[in-house]
Amino acid sequence: MAFSMPEFGHRHILGIAGMPPYDITTILDKADEYVELNREASGKSDLLAGRTVINLFFENSTRTLTSFELAAKRLGADTINMTVATSSVKKGETLIDTAMTLNAMHPDFLVVRHQESGAVELLSQKVNCAVLNGGDGAHEHPTQALLDALTIRRRLGKIEGLTVAICGDIAHSRVARSNIHLLSAMGAQVRVIAPPTLLPSGIEEMGCTAYTDMREGLKDADIVMMLRLQMERMQGQFVPSIREYYHFYGLTYEKLGVAKPEALVMHPGPMNRGVEIGSELADDINRSAILDQVELGVAVRMACLDLLHNVWQREEHSKGKPDGDATGTEG
Amino acid sequence: MKTTIVKNVRIIDPATNTDLAPEKDSGLIAKNGMITAVGKGALKDIKEDGAVVIDGAGLILAPGLVDMRVTVGEPGMAHKETLATGSAAAAAGGVTSMVCLPTTDPVIEDVAGLEFIARKAREIRGTKFYAYAAATKGLGGKDLTEYGLLAEAGALAFTDGAKAIGDAAVMRRALSYAAQFNRLIIQHPEEPSLAGSGHMNGGETATRLGLKGIPRLAEVMMIERDLRLVEMTGARYHAGHISTAQSVEAIRQAKARGLPVSCDTAPHYFALSEFDVGDYRTFAKVSPPLRTDEDREAIIDGIADGTIDAIASDHMPEDQDSKRQPFAQAAIGVIGVETMLPIALELVHKERIDLIPLIAAMTSRPADLLGLPAGRLAVGSAADFILIDHQRAWKIEAQQLKSKAKNSAFDKRPVQGWVERTVIDGRTVYERATDLRAVA
Repeated sequence: MAFSMPEFGHRHILGIAGMPPYDITTILDKADEYVELNREASGKSDLLAGRTVINLFFENSTRTLTSFELAAKRLGADTINMTVATSSVKKGETLIDTAMTLNAMHPDFLVVRHQESGAVELLSQKVNCAVLNGGDGAHEHPTQALLDALTIRRRLGKIEGLTVAICGDIAHSRVARSNIHLLSAMGAQVRVIAPPTLLPSGIEEMGCTAYTDMREGLKDADIVMMLRLQMERMQGQFVPSIREYYHFYGLTYEKLGVAKPEALVMHPGPMNRGVEIGSELADDINRSAILDQVELGVAVRMACLDLLHNVWQREEHSKGKPDGDATGTEG
Repeated sequence: MKTTIVKNVRIIDPATNTDLAPEKDSGLIAKNGMITAVGKGALKDIKEDGAVVIDGAGLILAPGLVDMRVTVGEPGMAHKETLATGSAAAAAGGVTSMVCLPTTDPVIEDVAGLEFIARKAREIRGTKFYAYAAATKGLGGKDLTEYGLLAEAGALAFTDGAKAIGDAAVMRRALSYAAQFNRLIIQHPEEPSLAGSGHMNGGETATRLGLKGIPRLAEVMMIERDLRLVEMTGARYHAGHISTAQSVEAIRQAKARGLPVSCDTAPHYFALSEFDVGDYRTFAKVSPPLRTDEDREAIIDGIADGTIDAIASDHMPEDQDSKRQPFAQAAIGVIGVETMLPIALELVHKERIDLIPLIAAMTSRPADLLGLPAGRLAVGSAADFILIDHQRAWKIEAQQLKSKAKNSAFDKRPVQGWVERTVIDGRTVYERATDLRAVA
């Protein structure tokens, strides 16, 4: 007798922590379908026709915002981008005010990026629509981890059993945290590599092994995931200089030599060439999967919107409400 | 290079707990700058033809001293001391390796600064110079210097010299980052906001003299904070020139708990006290300040039981203009590289400590802390050794010292014991018998 996976039941996608492996697989499988759609000339569906997606970004972003916007548009939704100048926002009360204001406009999806960890979850408690975390502080960036996982799965055919080294500014990275949760849940061995000043205490308790020596950490790795040095998040100085950082933690062919011969290089972007990664290596299409990640990001976000849409639709049905309300009528 | 033979000598090597009375066939042979034989039977079958033979009768042969805390005037303050005059003073004091603080102008915080010291040392061919690099840029206490690149270029450890790293977050980062390269962070243990702008030890003397005091608590408070950070980071930490009884006790307990901590003190903290400030004597103005007699006693106990790992001179040359000032405005620091040994030997003559542990605190122990190949009489190691007449009575005359600066706190002090000869890489770089300026 075959077991079927439980239906995707999340009303929001706020993080990877606590997400069961079968839900992750559901998203990745769905994303796989959208990869093909995206490659078609028209590349559009009308699944979300009449639905509204608000991209609410309290922090600057180019690729994540564009990726979410494209994903929504390819599914036929109307999108509105709101970038909120951080300097004019008072924390706490204003965030809730913003949420209430937006809620009154009845969007179907809110994609939120915020500079404070936990802000997106707080906002999700105040609105009547699906919330997607586009990155909150140093907490989570779930769609990035999902697109990384999809990249790995499509390139290497699996995630389980692989050794993934995440290297760089672990302390300030929500990408690292989401990836540690996701990859270890899916059966990969996760290592984090950083100077001791950028390794947050207790990181190993999240289910990874920490290294301060890059060569030790990269040894026999299948995947090398580089992270950006997030100077803008650092209060005070965590590494003495870019020059020193690159010397010890910049990915070069020489350091990559200790990883597996076919090891894949990844980077969530934006890259700082000559800081965390050597330029030739970043551009080496045989080793680097960086552009794959960008491409698959759109598919993953489409999958997330699709699955969340399903959940909310089911909920509306079960409440006996007609499909769509103030935002328009479906179909 | 000629062979050098030392015979008829008592040999002390704390690294191996050796104390050999003079006897036939016992001695030391150096060839090509290295020790090729030492100890019992070393001179058996040796031919003295063409060799430099040193008769060590009545003398002690010991490893050359390793002074782990020295301020030099170069670059930037050559009018106070040059590396050449510092080297001459060190040789006369029996110091064969010394480690310079980065508190120069410019501060030693880049590879070029380290290379400058190394190049000068090669030119001088005297006492061996090593250097620390600044722990934070410009000694500003905020931004870390490039520990990795500096360690690769030879920085032995990182310190802001006579400035404390006061910000706990910076100290935490400094410790954890330095641990990566197995280097010590050497702290000037003084809580800056509590020390304020004090000029001498806080207490009755300071009050009487009308000078702003620095409470003793400022030192132990900083050490205790740092010990918590050591516990957190697992990094190696060294408290420089400790001066109070409470500090000794804090380090003692930390060591008992197995923390990777060490400390040193300077001769003035066990030979002088706040009373030596006397009548606003600026040559007794040091940082941390001279403390009470009770502290002085505790420092001696700390050396005797090994809590204090090393004795360093904390040599800090100052010109007359800087010292001839009202006490509060006068520069801080005393010279000491040349007088470290005789002042330390007072502790042996007063039977407060045995000779071997005392010499260890100035040779093998600082060398081991810093990972220096020095401070021991081992076959195959550099022939850096000294001959000491430890009974010789004399009086320190600051004007006779070889330092360019004369700010000694021990001027006119009667002492017992001096260095007769200093040999570095097999070459005699100082010999009392031919030193016309030596004090008889």
